[in-house]
Amino acid sequence: MSYLYAAYILTWVIHIGYIGTLFRRYRRLRQEMEQLKQDH
Amino acid sequence: MKRAFPILTILTAALLIYGLYQALLVAPTEETMGDVQRIFYYHVPSAWTAGVLFFVNFLASIAYLVWRNTKADALAVAAAEVGVVFCTIVLVTGPIWARPVWGIWWTWDLRLTLTLVLWLIYVSYLLLRRFSTSGQTPVIAAVLAIFGTLDIPLVYFSIWFFRTQHPQPVIGGGGSLDPRMLNAFLVNLVAFTCFGALVCWARYRLEILRREVEETQALESLLEPRSAR
Repeated sequence: MSYLYAAYILTWVIHIGYIGTLFRRYRRLRQEMEQLKQDH
Repeated sequence: MKRAFPILTILTAALLIYGLYQALLVAPTEETMGDVQRIFYYHVPSAWTAGVLFFVNFLASIAYLVWRNTKADALAVAAAEVGVVFCTIVLVTGPIWARPVWGIWWTWDLRLTLTLVLWLIYVSYLLLRRFSTSGQTPVIAAVLAIFGTLDIPLVYFSIWFFRTQHPQPVIGGGGSLDPRMLNAFLVNLVAFTCFGALVCWARYRLEILRREVEETQALESLLEPRSAR
């Protein structure tokens, strides 16, 4: 059972980790865009 | 399209939860392997989704080479990156299944080796996109992607044409599957495909935004007065 749980948990750790990086990148780009708009 | 995204996210999440329920609680325990066989419900759909995403990358790369369409290039990057994530899951869940069943984590079996090569091809594709500063990067990456796609049929047919340690396909390979196992597998196959498409869509939107920011920054630097530089 531990192998099964390890496989399922790791699958979701990888997916959630990746989605987390997408959120961070999105937030950073939004901030940069807002900054550029404010400068003009 | 923006309104569809949250609805599709909720539907995909529901499908993934239902798939998890089917895989862990509804599908019967396999007689010889036991519970570890349930890894199959995540391993195979992940491999399928990675293959679909790499194929999208292939089509988008061809579209870019033919029409020089920057949206096609953005889709190619998105599909390759999300495809690598799913392929990573294949390479992680495979050895976790192999350890209790084969007694080893890894063997240089043809299917396993070709899957690792496929992963390395697309990782190198992403590294090329990340670090190359040449204006020709999208063209070089598109050509690499087209050659990389050639590995997909090799991975798929390797267990048909060569004697390998990897299990033969149960579905479409002459084997039989308990209907509850088949149902759990199909639900997860659909759920993972929807999830892959959704994440790829989000990554595509991110890539478009990144390019917009870069273009605006480039314009800003051109419009700045010389004294300010």
